Amino acid sequence: MALRKLLRKRQAAHQTDELRAPPVAPPVVHPPQKVMRAGWASDVGRQRSVNEDAVLVVQAFQEGHDALEPFGLFIVADGMGGHKEGEVVSALAVRTAAHHILQQFYLTSLCCREHNAGQASIIEILEEAVNLANTTVTAAVPGGGTTLICALVMGRRVYLANVGDSRAYIVSPQGLEQVTRDHSLVDRLVEMGQLTAEEAAMHPQKNVLYRAVGQGGTLEVDTFVRSVPAGHHLLLCTDGLWGMVAEAEMASIIAQSPSPQEAGDALVAAANRAGGRDNISAIIVEFPLADGD
Amino acid sequence: MAGVPHARVDGRLTEGTILQNRYYILGVLGSGGMSTVYKARDLHFPKVERLCAIKEMLNTATDPQVREMVTRNFEREASLMATLRHPAIPQVYDYFTEGERSYLVIEFVHGKDLETLLNETRGFLSETQVVNWALQICDILIYLYNHKPNPVVFRDMKPSNIMLDEQGRIHLVDFGIAKVFQSGEKGTMIGTEGYSPPEQYRGVAEPRGDIYALGATLHHLLTKQDPRLEPPFSFHERPIHAVNPTVSSELQEIINRALEYDINQRFGSAEELRRALLSLRSAQGYVKPGTMVIEEVDSEAHRALWQFACEDEIRSSPVVHNGVLYIGSYDNNLYALDAERGQFKWKYAAEGGIPTTPCVAEGKVFFGSQDRTLYAVNIETGRLVWTYPTKGRIYSSPQAMFGHVFVGSDDRRLYAVNIASGRQAWAFEAESMIRSRPSVGQEAIYFGDESGSLYAVGVSGKLIWRFRARRSIMSCPLLTREMVIFGSQDWHVYALDLRSGWAVWKYRTNGPIVSSATFAGGTVYIGSADGEIYALDADEGYVVWRYKTGGQVTSSPTFHEGAIYVGCVDGYLYSLDAQTGQLRWRFRTNGPVISTPFVANDIVYFGSVDNNVYALPV
Repeated sequence: MALRKLLRKRQAAHQTDELRAPPVAPPVVHPPQKVMRAGWASDVGRQRSVNEDAVLVVQAFQEGHDALEPFGLFIVADGMGGHKEGEVVSALAVRTAAHHILQQFYLTSLCCREHNAGQASIIEILEEAVNLANTTVTAAVPGGGTTLICALVMGRRVYLANVGDSRAYIVSPQGLEQVTRDHSLVDRLVEMGQLTAEEAAMHPQKNVLYRAVGQGGTLEVDTFVRSVPAGHHLLLCTDGLWGMVAEAEMASIIAQSPSPQEAGDALVAAANRAGGRDNISAIIVEFPLADGD
Repeated sequence: MAGVPHARVDGRLTEGTILQNRYYILGVLGSGGMSTVYKARDLHFPKVERLCAIKEMLNTATDPQVREMVTRNFEREASLMATLRHPAIPQVYDYFTEGERSYLVIEFVHGKDLETLLNETRGFLSETQVVNWALQICDILIYLYNHKPNPVVFRDMKPSNIMLDEQGRIHLVDFGIAKVFQSGEKGTMIGTEGYSPPEQYRGVAEPRGDIYALGATLHHLLTKQDPRLEPPFSFHERPIHAVNPTVSSELQEIINRALEYDINQRFGSAEELRRALLSLRSAQGYVKPGTMVIEEVDSEAHRALWQFACEDEIRSSPVVHNGVLYIGSYDNNLYALDAERGQFKWKYAAEGGIPTTPCVAEGKVFFGSQDRTLYAVNIETGRLVWTYPTKGRIYSSPQAMFGHVFVGSDDRRLYAVNIASGRQAWAFEAESMIRSRPSVGQEAIYFGDESGSLYAVGVSGKLIWRFRARRSIMSCPLLTREMVIFGSQDWHVYALDLRSGWAVWKYRTNGPIVSSATFAGGTVYIGSADGEIYALDADEGYVVWRYKTGGQVTSSPTFHEGAIYVGCVDGYLYSLDAQTGQLRWRFRTNGPVISTPFVANDIVYFGSVDNNVYALPV
């Protein structure tokens, strides 16, 4: 029976109780900088003893003649607990994926300006990276599982690959746009109009994923390509953040933080204030103004 | 016939076997009972890869009566299928016998059967998806039951007999036991256990039996419980949402009714089942897939507003500027015609054929010729302003931008020529002949060459990056804000990052690509020599829809107000709905249409190899 394949994430407390209103602060808007900046935070939360999330950040800049565009690789994974060590799985997944992407994409970009039809496309490289993480995890930690979201950034272009229920958002002054879809049963129910978002948040099976790294076989990976306008942010996070802090509050925290790093810290603090029931991880990337802006 | 027996492994034909000097066996698609189905290529179409499915029936019966019955049944399948005409039912191409084997050659459906698809799916298929397929199957059943002179009962509905093609369209594939239904007649008990209705076990075959089997199929698709491994007729004891809570209770009720043991309790007809399905929330937004019945489209109804005959073939594409149409012909002339009425204004004679599409800028019209020269002619008077000689024939269409005309030549160079003076600003030396029309972006000029390289050359003539496809690039690169998209003779569509030349995605068609892509609403449209017009998602390169024409598509699609216009080597100009790929109309000329249509003032203009320029209402 197919339900067996559904991976059960560790038991979490069910109710998402009242999300506390953000502290009222004057709307200070911090102008974006000239370079791409990133901040990140990962926290155990207030109810668990181990942080099973993993975060990986790589950034590269080149100045001068024939410069490559600013490059960033941002990866977040949320390991599944229970009898298997979630932190081992999430760490293995982010490193395996990062190794593949850096080798295939960035190191190749450094040495050649000539590409060919035999090379994997960027989308293929990302899909391969996630599948490589899947086979590596399946072999190394049988029964283990993790979510995995990878964002490859080149200039204003963001290439995303996702499996599980960690999320990518694009943050504009108007609010958050969720780019990825969660691979959770409850999310599927919402998509089909069977549950409202409110019902989903309360649902006893909200932690059941139908797709995750570590389940073996060939994994179907969702990919997305976006151009992020100047001054907007990319947010990657685990459900320890998006499950605890309302989208509007996340948006206002990011808008009011002087830097992506301060935004990351403030987001973690907000999730902890709301109860910190799960590990909390986030990466925030600020897209710079172009020369002409 | 066939004096030498064909090579076989385990009784199956091996790859490379050629049947009837015509069908080249590529492999086995499946087998069961006394038959094997092969994938094969039809060698009568050497230039395109026309695939077909060949069902081989081995008649091993020793009893002459049984033997004859087996042959008769197979012939019946062939003749039954041959009488059916529906886009979701494979067409019969051929039927023949070699020794004790009979062969049925049918249309090859590119795709997967639902059983394979179900096995490959993690988790459950969505209700919306399954309801969409169910509705498509109802449409096919409605067609079969209304078939004249007698309704046809399919009798073998099950996931493995239902194919899903790459456009999301459903096809029913195995008509091996389908039966012309005559009221009151009892047939033989046949069908696949687990899906067959109870009365079929009593030898009764009628349309409502297919409705039961469809119910069983839907139950299987939604629960992933294979009815062949379950107690027979146990569907009601295994309610769908006990296994898959995502299925709505309304759909479950419909499936339960289709699965009624008593035939009179089921839906009375496929129409009734279809109506019930359409009332579902998950059926909202269901669009009947392109039932592309060409006969229904009256191409005569689409009349040309005017046509203008040149003295030789037109392979170049028209450009309309301020009410005047400019087009080149192989009769060496560049013509200027009144766009509204098609009246001749002037012509300018080059010394060779004009295979290129003119471009207009700063009061001049520019075009290249096989006489190796780039011409600049006064747009009003048709008088020569300047010429720029290259050392090779010019098949690359010029592009004007930043005060310069950019054009490629068979002498391997890309030239930047000053529009005002006709003098060369710079020339870039490529690896091979340049026949692709350059595209000019903010930071670079992009063009392909015959070696398969795509170049990004800076506005000062220096190479920025290069991408190597496996075969030549004749396609004009399409520039979006972030990507450069083009086709190659290596069968692929490539989307490269504009700044780095990295492939963002690639998409493989089934033939060389000469056509250039066009872009609208996040979708890229391009033709291929495989005879299809493709609509691909611009960001990720997946297929939105495909449309099969009757010949190679080397013309490039043009988008105008929700419609795509594209010519085809089969002589037609096609107009398709840009969102769905459904045929709006098509217009027949007397020669291949290679020219790319141009739309202005709700008129679509194009040339044909039949020497004519046509103007049609959009």
